[in-house]
Amino acid sequence: MIRISAPDTAEMGEIVEVKAMIQHPMETGYRRDAKGDVIPRNIIKQFRCAYGGNTVFEATFFPGIAANPFLAFCLRATRTGPIEFSWTDQHGETWSETRQLTVS
Amino acid sequence: MKWALLIGALCLAGCNKPESTYARNSDVKAGDIKSGYAFLQDDTKALQDDDFANPGFLWVDRGKRLFETAETGASTCSTCHGAHGMPLKGVAAHYPKVDAKTGKLLNLEAAINLCREQHQGLEPLAYESDDLLGMTAYVASLSRGEPVSVDITGPAAKYYEEGRDYFFRRKGQFNLACSQCHNEHWGEKLRGDTISQGHGNAFPAYRLEWQDFGSLHRRLRDCDTGIRAEPQDYGSETYMAVELYLAKRAEGLAMESPGVRR
Repeated sequence: MIRISAPDTAEMGEIVEVKAMIQHPMETGYRRDAKGDVIPRNIIKQFRCAYGGNTVFEATFFPGIAANPFLAFCLRATRTGPIEFSWTDQHGETWSETRQLTVS
Repeated sequence: MKWALLIGALCLAGCNKPESTYARNSDVKAGDIKSGYAFLQDDTKALQDDDFANPGFLWVDRGKRLFETAETGASTCSTCHGAHGMPLKGVAAHYPKVDAKTGKLLNLEAAINLCREQHQGLEPLAYESDDLLGMTAYVASLSRGEPVSVDITGPAAKYYEEGRDYFFRRKGQFNLACSQCHNEHWGEKLRGDTISQGHGNAFPAYRLEWQDFGSLHRRLRDCDTGIRAEPQDYGSETYMAVELYLAKRAEGLAMESPGVRR
């Protein structure tokens, strides 16, 4: 599951807050299960937010990031276009979600 | 020889007088009943209060999607429970409830699965699966703010008694009953945490310790494991009965699911 909070419309030059959360265990690789076996690491490595095709926010995740990572950041609304959120895990699997921002 | 006899006699006396199986009678006074929310740190309260930051909404969203989507050959939940009738607002506050047909006690998870089997012709969802947690979270979220109120009369009475029995029975290597922490010592410290009164009104909930969303039964299993007692199975009749007892004990508290707990 992915949850995004972003406005549909904004005025030219306005600063808008966007929020993104993804369901992911962010298993550190340091824990052991009830039998004593290591639980393999399973984390998201990269987050990227592109606005109108340009990267405006990027983050690299490490094992210290909690499960279900939640990010909130601000953008300046400069043109009408898509805001694309994408997450890539350590195996290269990618999840993404897009919202359209209309600027007037 | 004399000493050996004396020690033997003392041992026998000790063996013949087993410790009480039950903790002493206790309760939380009516005016003192507080949700687990009251014992949280400010940061955790803020996480529960923010409907975006609260990770429990990942499961509510999942449940809402399942609720509105038809599985192969089945009608959707929203066909019956939509705008046309049988709304689910407030319903979760009255569970667990005895099923009139079978006389069995059902919690919200069991009621959802029964509905799947009887009205949709679908297989029940596995307990503690993301899908069942999601459905439960969504249905429970429709009752946020409603006061907990369950029926313990008639066929429910025996389940209530069974749940009460479990709550006061001493168990596990620590020989503790639920009541000894949650009735007798709530508000005091246990290691770094404050002991709550043990109400279930925020469940299913996101627990920071789990880094995951879980049912009340998962929480009860953790409590039982904590006192080194054998945890009961997910969806077991015993935990259903405990759930009923806890709901009656928490009567009047507002439903908080999806709650956030430490």
